[in-house]
Amino acid sequence: MTDAPALPLGPWPRAEAALAVLAVDPAGVKGLWLRARSGPVRERVTLALAAALPTARRIHPSIDDAALFGGVDLAATLAAGHLRRSAGVLTNPSPLILTMAERCPVGLSARLSHWLDGAGPCLVALDEGADSDESLPSALADRLGLFLSLDDLAWSETDVPVLPQAQITAAQGRLGQTALPPQALETLTSVAASMGIASLRAPLLALSITRALAAWRGEAVASGTTLRHAAELALAHRGQLPDQSDDADQPAPPPPEQGDTPTDQPQTLSDDIPDDILLDAVRAALPADLLARLAAGKAARAAKGIGGTGTVRKGNSRGRPLPPRPGTPGAGKRIDLVATLRAAAPWQPLRRQTRDSARLEIRQSDLRLKRYQERSDRVLIFTVDASGSSALARLAEAKGAVELLLAQAYARRDHVALIAFRGQTAEVLLPPTRSLVQTKRRLSGLPGGGGTPLASGLRMAHDLALQARARGMTPTIALLTDGRGNVALDGSPNRAQAEGDAQRLARVIAAAGIPALVLDTASRPQQGLSVLAAALGAPYLPLPRADAHRLSAVLQSAMAF
Amino acid sequence: MSQPFPFSAIVGQEAMKQAMVLTAIDPGIGGVLVFGDRGTGKSTAVRALAALLPEIYAVEGCPVNSARIEDVPDWAGATSGKIVKRPTPVIDLPLGATEDRVVGALDIERALTRGEKAFEPGLLARANRGYLYIDEVNLLEDHIVDLLLDVAQSGENVVEREGLSIRHPARFVLVGSGNPEEGELRPQLLDRFGLSVEVTSPRDIATRVEVMRRRDAYENDNAAFMKKWRAKDSGLRKAILAARAALASLKTPGAVLHDCAALCIALGSDGLRGELTLLRAARAAAAFDGADTVGRGHLKTVAASALGHRLRRDPLDEAGSGARVARIIAEILP
Repeated sequence: MTDAPALPLGPWPRAEAALAVLAVDPAGVKGLWLRARSGPVRERVTLALAAALPTARRIHPSIDDAALFGGVDLAATLAAGHLRRSAGVLTNPSPLILTMAERCPVGLSARLSHWLDGAGPCLVALDEGADSDESLPSALADRLGLFLSLDDLAWSETDVPVLPQAQITAAQGRLGQTALPPQALETLTSVAASMGIASLRAPLLALSITRALAAWRGEAVASGTTLRHAAELALAHRGQLPDQSDDADQPAPPPPEQGDTPTDQPQTLSDDIPDDILLDAVRAALPADLLARLAAGKAARAAKGIGGTGTVRKGNSRGRPLPPRPGTPGAGKRIDLVATLRAAAPWQPLRRQTRDSARLEIRQSDLRLKRYQERSDRVLIFTVDASGSSALARLAEAKGAVELLLAQAYARRDHVALIAFRGQTAEVLLPPTRSLVQTKRRLSGLPGGGGTPLASGLRMAHDLALQARARGMTPTIALLTDGRGNVALDGSPNRAQAEGDAQRLARVIAAAGIPALVLDTASRPQQGLSVLAAALGAPYLPLPRADAHRLSAVLQSAMAF
Repeated sequence: MSQPFPFSAIVGQEAMKQAMVLTAIDPGIGGVLVFGDRGTGKSTAVRALAALLPEIYAVEGCPVNSARIEDVPDWAGATSGKIVKRPTPVIDLPLGATEDRVVGALDIERALTRGEKAFEPGLLARANRGYLYIDEVNLLEDHIVDLLLDVAQSGENVVEREGLSIRHPARFVLVGSGNPEEGELRPQLLDRFGLSVEVTSPRDIATRVEVMRRRDAYENDNAAFMKKWRAKDSGLRKAILAARAALASLKTPGAVLHDCAALCIALGSDGLRGELTLLRAARAAAAFDGADTVGRGHLKTVAASALGHRLRRDPLDEAGSGARVARIIAEILP
């Protein structure tokens, strides 16, 4: 193409450029991350994708290892009566299209990443994520060269993408001879670095995209415009943009230089492209809120709110049985024999006639798998302030509330752990247990007095919660204190340091995504404790005059027992 | 691309390269764990290592790469009895590998077609005397991790299943890589790795540009690039072989042993595995240096990678264990 489009690329020309690059050099750019809800616009792009990658195969996020790497071909084996093996999708060097990529589990993303690093030519991830916490796993996102978001495109802005096979073939022929401008490598690297992109794959992929785009446009040496467009395509979605002003809410604010200096730009670009012009191009490429949403997706993964009970897991190993579902056994899935026979039974007369045999005829469509649902056990970690400042009467109230909760936890088969902090340190009085008797005994024997090492208590609770999580339980921390932390982590009686330590630990706990609950047992509500609860991301409940029953009622409602 | 990226051409990442070279000198150090950001050349380094390693002598056709004919296990069937040179095995353990593929299982095909009870060796057999590489080791299924722990500990793979009762040697250097954002590693497995290194992306532009330039040359001007770096790689291979030979005659003064112990006590590392690995790694580093005695300098160069992963995790330590180790090393070994 002789006439280069205006700078920067509009949303739809960008989509067309991405498709062309993908068609020209799929193995070099490694793939496309297409973020769009399904609709006519996405339909246009996926149709063009099918044309650009004619040999592509579609896979879905719940694909199992047998289908990926090859395994026993159950349908053929059942039909033939002896063992038949099938080739896996990954053994075949053809491009893959991953549908519903926002639901791709980490294990699959690791396998696909491995494949992309080795023999795999390219992967197109169709990401239909609606919320910010639904997104492509970052290991895959890092490896795919191109990114497109079609959410802001109207049908009227789009067109049928034109990708003539002859032009693709010609561009592929030119690919080897396409040269880069002298400073291209340095420029792309420094732009990526100034955007805070740590991965070195990003500039490398940008380099491949530059080559492919130049070849597509018939340039012997990639022009400044092409370099700029390639940077938009490859880098825009990856990093935080530097010094981005807060009022850049409206989508795609045009860079100011663009309007001011339309004449002198081409020659500047062709000789030596200043980094900031490239940066502006990249900045203009995406709506600002999209970056925020993508970034939020990374952070939101671990955090979980306080649920009524432990997290629900659907599996096929244990728990409450769910109705069986058709499928193929393997990879830990177990066959439900009775359901399978039941599904096969009505067809027997018909099948026996056609096969002329007397044996039981089972087809793959008859196979049923066992499914179970289990709730992971919840563990309540009571972190109780037993210091002197917690007057003895209030300690007794706290004990009473814990005992009431224990009875309910016993009924719900929840685990309970008990941590007390007083004097210089905290100690685990009771590791997670279901034993009611033992907990009561430890609790009633809990002595009071001494300083308030709040930070130590939080630290102990944090460690215990992580241990519990590693064992598949869902931890919740319930902190009962009057908030006057006055002993620091190292045991020194320094109030300021103690409060700093407690705040920092609260943030660590919140970052680990452990749900918590703060109960203020002081006679007057403490300002410091509500700050601590905010750092924990936890509900704060002052209990000016609570007896055990009221305490327990508040706890119950807060934790949705 | 048939040939992997040359090991010497990897820019920076000195700690990772050093750790890998040390295990090549003394496999007894017991494995390398490489944890870090995406796109920092973890996988590239392991593939490069495979091409760098010196060849081994092994019985032709032996499934466990035995060095001597009398070591060939009896289930292996007929071998030619010749000793041949072959590359050091570097075996990939894919995440999706089943237990059967890892430890080996009954050869179903032979059992069905010929009615014979035969053993089909798994990945552990092929990795004997070489390397076993697990990418994304932190995402490995728990039951495979348990299996690996057991074999890495004993150096022997015992298969008792489907009427088979077979044992064969499985001594290998475990190399794991992963990204800590995607999941933590169980402390039991962490401890099995002799050395651990954290890799980060280079921060300065010049280094990053150099990485890009070399990678670009590798992809688009392969022949010239490989020719340029082959000499460096073979020099490194010779140095590894020389260091292996020098290892036996290396002297270890008592002061160094004392330093090892002092360092481990100051860091509060669990168990004695820390000291032992530290010493082995320091000896390998000294041999690589061409020194005849292990010195304090050698200890310093390997201490961070030998001890960094053996500390108890401190949730408040934002700088990570690396900074803590560096501080204590500076205090104990001035």
